[in-house]
Amino acid sequence: MRVHLASSLQDALAFKATEPDAWPIAGGTDAMVHWPGAHEMHERTWLDLSHLNELRTVEFRDDFVELGALATYWDVIRDARFTALPLLPQAAATVGAVQIQTRGTWAGNIANASPAADGVPALMAYDAEVVLGSRDGGERVVALADFYHGYKQLEARPEELITAVRVPLRAHDHQDFIKVGSRAAQAITKVGLAYAHSSEGWRIVANSMAPTVCRCAAVETLVAAGTAVAGPDDLADAIAEDLTPIDDIRSTGAYRLRVFGRVLYHALQPICDSFS
Amino acid sequence: MNDRPIQIEFQLNGELRTLEVEPRARLLDVLRYEIDCPGTKEGCGEGECGACTVLLDGLPTNSCLVPAWQARGREVVTIESVTPEDVSRMLDAGTTQCGACTPGVVMTARWAEANPELLAQFDLRQLMAGNLCRCTGYDGIIDGIELPSGQEAD
Repeated sequence: MRVHLASSLQDALAFKATEPDAWPIAGGTDAMVHWPGAHEMHERTWLDLSHLNELRTVEFRDDFVELGALATYWDVIRDARFTALPLLPQAAATVGAVQIQTRGTWAGNIANASPAADGVPALMAYDAEVVLGSRDGGERVVALADFYHGYKQLEARPEELITAVRVPLRAHDHQDFIKVGSRAAQAITKVGLAYAHSSEGWRIVANSMAPTVCRCAAVETLVAAGTAVAGPDDLADAIAEDLTPIDDIRSTGAYRLRVFGRVLYHALQPICDSFS
Repeated sequence: MNDRPIQIEFQLNGELRTLEVEPRARLLDVLRYEIDCPGTKEGCGEGECGACTVLLDGLPTNSCLVPAWQARGREVVTIESVTPEDVSRMLDAGTTQCGACTPGVVMTARWAEANPELLAQFDLRQLMAGNLCRCTGYDGIIDGIELPSGQEAD
């Protein structure tokens, strides 16, 4: 196992340019699980970002918020300005418990690319963008909704690091994040839904329902079109078009499809005239 | 930068410590086996049970999920910093039974007690949700935490 303790962002980007296979680590809340026996982890070269204070930032600008790559869930939970983007503290509070929230980062949640990531749906429902840095390529900004190409397949190039996440500051008249898990704390999501409605339209995002966290294009179209929905079953075709959940240790694909339809229906029924 | 030990310096319970750590050592391992602070326990080893909770720069952290080299330059506070007087209410309330979770419970509780403003945003059971206990049913834990006067735990 090799470790490079980055002393600055410039140093980290230079290292990633020469060692593109290096694994960035910040909060470590996923990488370190079952660490002593995780022998494949010990074969890696690690790039420690944890001391890069220039990335430990939360800045509210005129029309967006920039979360530095080391901003944690707890940073957002404890920052009253996030009443403007309430899904972020709401989702953050469902991640593990305090001991995880103080360490886990939003950028790490994106980069780790778990389909069950709880930070990503809220960010995606708000049209967040991922800021990527590299030594030779400068800065590149990618929509989070376009960031995943498949299971653990990222838009980021090997020499790039996530340096920040930008979240547009928009007025949303409807928004929620609903997590179905085995218990309220310390549970990984079986079925997750984030939605937000603004002047830009509907954003409906699912986690633990597909190989990546993803927007539900067919469901968004159905809702925006005002198609009549009399019950959860009327959403099933659109959901099946958007989502392909699997059977795994936490749940089954059939359960996930059934529950997602019900969660979605009961979330939107009170706020959409087309839902009866 | 290879498999060789890494030299780190950090504050442990107010005292500066300098030592070499193996690249794969976790903060938990270093505390227990390198510097003779075995009060911090390993429970699940996957960040779920909270038995290994320490305060890292003042915040509750699962020390099983922290590579030891990430502690460089940080302040670490462990159960060894706590006196019997600090936990007298817990001793009276039946906060501990088998004791496996207790060091972690005490550290999270000490943090909650030191930051009473958190209770405006969370109830105590939410703050303590990262510390699993198989014995007490949690009531003894909640009863053992000293809240600012006027605040009642549910």
